Amino acid sequence: MRLRVHVTPRAGVLDPQGAAVAEGLRHLGFDGVDSVRVGKVIDLVVADGLSPDDAVAAGRKMAEQLLCNLVVEDYTVELVD
Amino acid sequence: MRFGIVTFPGSNCDHDAYHVVSHVLGQEARFVWHKDRDLSGLDCVVLPGGFSYGDYLRCGAIAQFSPVMESIREFAAAGGYVVGICNGFQVLTESGLLPGALLRNNDLQFICEDKTLLVANGHTPWTVLCPETIIAPIAHHDGCYYADEDTLMRLEDNGQVVFRYAGRDGGEGDEHNPNGSLNNIAGICNEAGNVLGMMPHPERNAEAALGDGSGASLFRSIIHSFVEGRA
Repeated sequence: MRLRVHVTPRAGVLDPQGAAVAEGLRHLGFDGVDSVRVGKVIDLVVADGLSPDDAVAAGRKMAEQLLCNLVVEDYTVELVD
Repeated sequence: MRFGIVTFPGSNCDHDAYHVVSHVLGQEARFVWHKDRDLSGLDCVVLPGGFSYGDYLRCGAIAQFSPVMESIREFAAAGGYVVGICNGFQVLTESGLLPGALLRNNDLQFICEDKTLLVANGHTPWTVLCPETIIAPIAHHDGCYYADEDTLMRLEDNGQVVFRYAGRDGGEGDEHNPNGSLNNIAGICNEAGNVLGMMPHPERNAEAALGDGSGASLFRSIIHSFVEGRA
C-alpha cells in the first residue's frame, strides 16, 4: 500500500521559490500563470495489513510529527494504491 | 563555566565554538556527541552551525530526534543555558524550543558576509556585556525568520527579539535585511531568556585576527550571567 503526502507552503508564507518559478514560466510565454507555490511530495510504502483508514491516519501522524513543519507548511495525505 | 558543544553528523562549526569558549575565553569545554544523553556538569550547551543530517527534509528537522536533544529539552526546562547558532537555531525552532521557523532566504541565494547586528535587547543573559551593535558573519541559505503574527507580536512585546540586522551605524531598516526575515530578526530567545537562537556566527568574530572581535561579547555575557547567577 502506498501513501502520498503532499507538503506545501502555508497561505501567507513567503515562497520565493514559487515566485521564481512563476517568473520563469512567464518568460517562457505562459502568461496565464498568476502564482506558483512549490511544495514536495513524499511517497511512503506502508504495511499491507493496515486498513486504508488506519494507513491514512498513520500518514497524518507522520506528517504532523516530522514530514511537515506546521508553522510554515500544510499537508494532505492520500492513498495511492 | 563549563560548555558542552554538540556535534551532530554534519556539524561544522563545533570546533570554532570550542576554540572560542576554551582557547579565547579560557572556559572548560567538551564535545557532546549527538548520541550521548549525558549533559552532567555542563552550564551551557552550544548547538553549532553546519548541516546536521545533511539538512535532509528541512534544516534541523532530523536533528530534533537525536538522543542528545531529549536531554537538551530537560536541560533547558531546568533553566540551563542553550544557544543555537545558524543550523543550531534551525534545530531549536524545529524542536519547538524556540517559536517560528527559518525559511529559504528570500532571494534564494546562499549568503556569506559580515553583518552588523543591533542588540535589540541588552538585558538578556546573552547580551548584558554586548555593545549596542556587534558584527557577526552570516553563512546560510535558510535564514529567513518567520513566525505568525501573534507569535511575532508576543516576541516583540516580551523583548525576545535579541538581535536585528542593521546598518553599520546600528541604524535599523529593511535595506539591511539580508534574507527577508520578518522584523529584520537575526536572533531570538525564549520567554525565560535561557535559550537563544541566532543565524549569524558570533564565534567567527570573537578575536582580533578575525575582525573587531565583538562576537566574543556574547560569550562574555553568558559567562558573566552565569557567575552572577551563582553568586
